[in-house]
Amino acid sequence: MKRALPFILLLAGTAAMYLLMPYNLAFATRILVMGIFVLSIDLVLGFAGIATLGQAAMYGAGAYAAALFAAHAWAEPVAGLAVGAAAGAVVALLSGLVLMRASGLTLIMLTIAVAALLAETANRARDLTGGADGLRVAFGPVLGLWEFDFIGQTGFCYAAAVGACVLGLLALVARSPFGLSLRGLQSSPARMAAIGAPVYPRRVAAYTLGGAIAGIAGALSAQVAGLVSLETFSFTLSAEALVMLILGGTGRLWGALLGTVLFMFAHHYAAAADPFNWLFAIGALVMVVVFVLPGGLLSLPGALKGGRHD
Amino acid sequence: MTEGLVVRGLSKRFGGLVVSDGLDFDLPPGARKALIGPNGAGKSTFANLVTGIHAPSSGSIRFDGADISDMDETARVRLGIAKTFQITTLFTGLTVRENLRLAVLERERRGFRLFCRADGDPEVEAEIAALMDQLALEPLADRVVERLAYGQQRLVELAMTLALKPRVLILDEPAAGVPGSETHLITDAIEALPADLAVLIIEHDMELVFRVARSIVVLVAGRILTEGTPAQIASDPQVRELYLGGAHG
Ligand SMILES: Nc1ncnc2c1ncn2[C@@H]1O[C@H](COP(=O)(O)OP(=O)(O)OP(=O)(O)O)[C@@H](O)[C@H]1O
Ligand SMILES: [Mg+2]
Repeated sequence: MKRALPFILLLAGTAAMYLLMPYNLAFATRILVMGIFVLSIDLVLGFAGIATLGQAAMYGAGAYAAALFAAHAWAEPVAGLAVGAAAGAVVALLSGLVLMRASGLTLIMLTIAVAALLAETANRARDLTGGADGLRVAFGPVLGLWEFDFIGQTGFCYAAAVGACVLGLLALVARSPFGLSLRGLQSSPARMAAIGAPVYPRRVAAYTLGGAIAGIAGALSAQVAGLVSLETFSFTLSAEALVMLILGGTGRLWGALLGTVLFMFAHHYAAAADPFNWLFAIGALVMVVVFVLPGGLLSLPGALKGGRHD
Repeated sequence: MTEGLVVRGLSKRFGGLVVSDGLDFDLPPGARKALIGPNGAGKSTFANLVTGIHAPSSGSIRFDGADISDMDETARVRLGIAKTFQITTLFTGLTVRENLRLAVLERERRGFRLFCRADGDPEVEAEIAALMDQLALEPLADRVVERLAYGQQRLVELAMTLALKPRVLILDEPAAGVPGSETHLITDAIEALPADLAVLIIEHDMELVFRVARSIVVLVAGRILTEGTPAQIASDPQVRELYLGGAHG
């Protein structure tokens, strides 16, 4: 029962968003997309301890790949997701072969550089990507059955289904030997090498899997909005997603989701109330959480019960 | 007799400091050797050279006839050369059981498996339980390692390395920081090791050294001063001066 509780809450939350915000499904859908993206960062940073501020590189690659695939080959969205996942994985693998040799600040700078490089490439390749104007694409019905409607019902349900699949996949990975080894990597690379684990290949694998999931998030964002822009590669996106993760609690899947929901709502309402100063509200929220609950909001029940973190 | 570990002319410099100076060293299967010497003699550095944490400046390391001087640490561990760290190096955020599970799964080369449970193999779990039993760690099985006392962490450190089922086992001060009442766990564990396993123990605790070692190598300032049986070493005037002279420091 205790194990099922988060799932029930998640299901109820998703249903509540659908029922309570019928005219704001676009916003609810954005939360779902962000949730998937933050999960991808959780895998890379929260589990494997790979410091990154450039996860948007893979998100953007997935978004553009899905859009271009739909425009030039096949407009079916699920196939587009697969293409997006592949694009994210390829970008992560190729950059990861270099990046995973680095660590600390160098690594962070390199992840930012890769995202910036891709953004500039997309900007220059105007004929293909539309450059700064972005790329508008019409996607076909999901699995040939469900058209995207203008209220966003299909988009929301589709995103919820994809989110559930990604969450299920990551829940499996988290319990697997691979998932355990990622926590080992984060805790002590020296000890990992001393038990004979191939540290560098393992890091590349984690980064690549995280890249595939970020690619799915990016592709999904393109599909539900029918639009891709250079923003998908932006530093702001990577940084905000990281803040969401830290808010909720790193290294735990529920933390990633909780942080996303909280940040997105805080952002939405704070920005609506005060379009100029909403960042202060977000900043204050983050500072309170980081100082009071370094393990993120997900560690709150444990902290109240008397400080067992896991 | 099979070859085991054969070290020839091994040297290591850190900048201008020569820490290992042309070391020749053999560790055949079944050996029980101790490496002793004053602080800063280069004992840990020697262990790190053998396990591949440091690259040698010159010299060669062979294992069962193959030159392993250029192999990285992971590859050497997979060949069966494992060591415990002088400074406890564990997965501090994981439980004792998870630490051992990780070591066993890596030994079995299962670290890339995605679609099964890490704790799902009863054979692995039984092996972990046996290891914990051997080192009296069972009551601590589900405690997070960072919350354990230092002496308990030393025992986990030893269990982690035993979990790898090594063929060459290097123990860098396994008993340092372990309360006297628990050192017997370490001696017992060493005495219970398979007879054909090659063991090198670096230790300042002479009682422990004399109990487990059949031969002792004395390292001073990066060079081997002498090598002999415990009886020879105990009566060696140079060694006596080294140890009794510095016994208060
Ligand atoms: N990575 C390093 N870089 C520079 N100098 C080092 C490094 N590692 C060790 N040294 C130096 O090499 C010398 C030998 O160190 P080592 O740790 O091997 O000694 P030890 O015999 O294990 O001593 P102890 O009994 O105190 O553990 C010391 O002077 C130490 O400062
Ligand atoms: Mg030492």
